[in-house]
Amino acid sequence: MNMILRIVGYIVLAPIIGGLLEGIDRKISAKMQRRVGPPILQPFYDVKKLFNKQVILVSRSQTFALISYLALMILTGAMFYAGMDILMCFFVMSTAATALYFAAMVTSSPYATMGANRELIQMMAYEPAVLLSCVGFYLAEGTFNVNEIAGSGKLDIIFLPGFFVAFVFILTIKMRKSPFDIATSHHMHQELVKGLTTEMGARNLAIFQVTEWYENVFLMGVVGLFFINGSYISVIYAIVAILLVYFLEILIDNTSARMKWENMLKITWIVTLFTAGVNLLVLMLVRVA
Amino acid sequence: MAKLKKSPWLLHYDGSSCNGCDIEVLAALTPVYDAERFGVMNTGDPLQADIFLITGGINTQNKDVVKQLYDQMPRPKVVVAVGVCACTGGVFKDCYNILGGADSVIPVDIYVPGCAARPQAIIDGVVQAVELLEKRSEEHKAMKKNKKKGA
Ligand code: SF4
Repeated sequence: MNMILRIVGYIVLAPIIGGLLEGIDRKISAKMQRRVGPPILQPFYDVKKLFNKQVILVSRSQTFALISYLALMILTGAMFYAGMDILMCFFVMSTAATALYFAAMVTSSPYATMGANRELIQMMAYEPAVLLSCVGFYLAEGTFNVNEIAGSGKLDIIFLPGFFVAFVFILTIKMRKSPFDIATSHHMHQELVKGLTTEMGARNLAIFQVTEWYENVFLMGVVGLFFINGSYISVIYAIVAILLVYFLEILIDNTSARMKWENMLKITWIVTLFTAGVNLLVLMLVRVA
Repeated sequence: MAKLKKSPWLLHYDGSSCNGCDIEVLAALTPVYDAERFGVMNTGDPLQADIFLITGGINTQNKDVVKQLYDQMPRPKVVVAVGVCACTGGVFKDCYNILGGADSVIPVDIYVPGCAARPQAIIDGVVQAVELLEKRSEEHKAMKKNKKKGA
């Protein structure tokens, strides 16, 4: 019963929270650039508008691929918040990303194709950090089960600081923030036009947007998982940590220019291997001793 | 303000302008004027745009491009011609390759005069465009309903 409640809660609340987070994001970004900025509810206005526009489809199968993307992302988050296997969640997330790749590929537009290829490179860049984080949780807790990790009484961040740094680092890629927004460009008139989303208009772009919100709420949940140990006070730690991480992402977004994909791949792998790798070694040694 | 459509996304196209008007269009998006407070976003993608901002006149080479961009934009849409060049051809009017203002190939809804048009005037033009967009979207909704009934 509790589980069903949590799944329904995620499905209903995630878009609301995700949209609000994006609204706050845009407002803070504007303040950082000394602008007034759009209202906090702006992302919702955008999505509502997109649903009311004429639908022009470059390819019919794009809608199908996008709906799969949405469904798989909801499944990922629902599994996570229901407290299932964290490894499984990340596998489903990768499948969702593949659906997005197809949604861009089927249009055969040069910009969308290039964006889609870069999305694959992004996956290559962040996947090691994601898998290592799962391994980290396993080493610290002896289980992949989200419920057991969250309710174990251990504060995971103490055991996994290196994994946490690696995970926050790849969040910049997953949240499509500069300097790693190489598959889509949030700011106009860059070499990719809109990259992955170039051929998505009206309803389809709205679906994409909502899926991003689901995804962000899921990722923030994983950030929180590093801090939750079953007590009520740890929930407060988790929320503070999530807000701080989000703020950090906005700060990075506003202070850096985008990178070439080669550099992104190199830097993320080095950071991942170094922080998560060292952390992994230490954990293993402690276990053996 | 409450009834205005709240998220107009712009597509900015530079016809054969001298770039003066384009600099002013971009100025409207800078911190001083901050068009984003009205939800305005500058997108480079016609599929996602609501308002077509065009600067400069139409010449023999870009007339197909402008038509193409206009056709790719989903309804409801509004066209704003920025600067006298886009309105009538302006100082370039008598050049051998200029066909005239933007309205020589696509229907223009709002004309923003000036050489170069001032950012205030451009924002004013966009705000008027947004009002028109609101009206168009009502029409679009009605049309969709009728279609459904007919089918
Ligand atoms: S109206 Fe004036 S400033 Fe604008 S493009 Fe024409 S000549 Fe340049």
